[in-house]
Amino acid sequence: MAANSPEGATPRESRSWTLRLRRAIDQHLPMGHLLPDRQPYYVGSWVYVFGVITIAALAWVIVSGVVLSFMGPQWWHDSRLGRFVNSLHFWSVQLFFIFMVLHLWGQYFMAGWRHGRAATWMIGVVIFAVSILTAFTGYLTQQNFDAQFIAINAKDAMNSAGIGAFFNVLNFGQMYGLHVMLLPIGITFLVVAHIVMVRARGVVKPIDAEGARS
Amino acid sequence: MRSMGATQEEYYRGVRMVPYDLVKELALAIAGIGVLAVLVAAILSSPDVAPVTIAAWAQQDPVDLVTTATNELAGSTTSAGYGPPYNSVGAGQSWGPIAPQKWFGVRIPVDSANTFVIQPLQRASFSNTDLGTALSAWQKATPDQQTKWLDAYSKALPNATVKDGTVAVAAGDYGPLPVMMSNLLGVAQAGGLDGLLVINGRFYQTDYTLPLLFMGDGTYLSGLAAQAHLTGSQWGMMNETGSYPGQTWLWLYTMWYQVPPFTSTTGFLGFNSSNADLGIIILMTVLTAALALVPFIPILRDIPRWVPIHRLIWRQYYAPRKGAIRS
Ligand code: HEM
Repeated sequence: MAANSPEGATPRESRSWTLRLRRAIDQHLPMGHLLPDRQPYYVGSWVYVFGVITIAALAWVIVSGVVLSFMGPQWWHDSRLGRFVNSLHFWSVQLFFIFMVLHLWGQYFMAGWRHGRAATWMIGVVIFAVSILTAFTGYLTQQNFDAQFIAINAKDAMNSAGIGAFFNVLNFGQMYGLHVMLLPIGITFLVVAHIVMVRARGVVKPIDAEGARS
Repeated sequence: MRSMGATQEEYYRGVRMVPYDLVKELALAIAGIGVLAVLVAAILSSPDVAPVTIAAWAQQDPVDLVTTATNELAGSTTSAGYGPPYNSVGAGQSWGPIAPQKWFGVRIPVDSANTFVIQPLQRASFSNTDLGTALSAWQKATPDQQTKWLDAYSKALPNATVKDGTVAVAAGDYGPLPVMMSNLLGVAQAGGLDGLLVINGRFYQTDYTLPLLFMGDGTYLSGLAAQAHLTGSQWGMMNETGSYPGQTWLWLYTMWYQVPPFTSTTGFLGFNSSNADLGIIILMTVLTAALALVPFIPILRDIPRWVPIHRLIWRQYYAPRKGAIRS
């Protein structure tokens, strides 16, 4: 790797931020690690597929959500096509959560945080929490009876913790903005970081692979 | 950790590597989930029960609307006695010195009696002299007198009768209240109250705090919610109207509302039903932090080693001989 060998870098070059960034990427995330075409032979389990399916479900959540927000919040209440796109969004979210939770339990029983992967796990938990918040703002912006009742009911919990003073679940505009912009961008960013971290280290070895067997 | 390896190459040294097509796997996953989601969406659709308006409430259950409005004047509704962030009447929830509801103060001021009853009536009294007279009689009366009228009227309302959408109570000394309430009911039934509470002096509007608080003070909307199995004591967060799934991932959060100390009045360690919301949020924050810190928490991080589920997941690896790593 470039950064491992001095390969004639002058002191001036090594002070270049650009060069240092490039070398750091070369070392920690070369294309061969980002998109490997080979995996350890034990990566044969279905459990590894849960993470990928979660990405796929997220992709459908985002695509259907972009169509919904492009057409505006009234569309899906009075058009059949709109209602269908809303249903697609709704069920993609359910699938997203199902597979994210399966992935979470899978990673738990594989102890996927071993060998320096604790940060990957922790970002995963943050993704889980932010996803719950995003889904919550989504349920609040449905503009139907469910949304009304969830708002009235949820305000007490938010207010009791002081959150309601800033995050007003009765304010449709605030919840809608958070739901369609800020939170999805946050989730996407976190998922990219999560996957880059996984690819940078490669998947973890089986439990007890260290020592004698590795 | 000796076995961590400085680079992936070192980490995997001696591990047999086999071809694996990640991009194809992702493409297939996107296609598969797409087909599944389209099918489920087409077959099962999604929940969309029309929202309740104040007009519908006033038409379907006029006595409840009038009772709620009367209670707003008496200051006995949920919103009137709420405390922060709407007003400083109640103290809000706290746990020992931890009182975040109080800390941030009144950030979304709501004066229930004025906002939900007096101001809408003032608008409506524009060309209505009867109402104008009643309103000024109300405002000129002493608080004592107002309370007497409110008490009498509140006692009469449970036996009120509804005829042609108007509410009638037995004769009694209610001062100007019957005139005020019948006008408020009329405005509400015509949809005027929906508009007045939402617009609240603005034109563009995306904030439904006032009408939702007002509807939350009544029993009509919560009654419909109970019929649809949405309330907190019915694990309501996990359902939507119809048989649609709600936020099922909140199962743990909503479970705490069904068990002691959060259901009991005596409580435990200062947690009881009166500060259940705060207690449960604190508990869930601690549990979420613990989930994030699992890699560092003894026992929690060791369970996967003890429970042989990993032997199923990595079957090939643990299978005798066949899968042994060659070095
Ligand atoms: C949007 C949500 C998420 C997505 C799209 C996602 C995606 C992925 C993918 C594609 C991998 C590669 C390996 C595999 O597929 O098993 C992975 C690994 C991992 N994930 Fe997630 N994940 C998400 C949420 C989570 C959550 C909630 C946790 C746990 C709290 C978590 C913990 C981990 C860990 C520890 C690894 C490393 C496994 C290893 O090195 O072998 N992830 N994730």
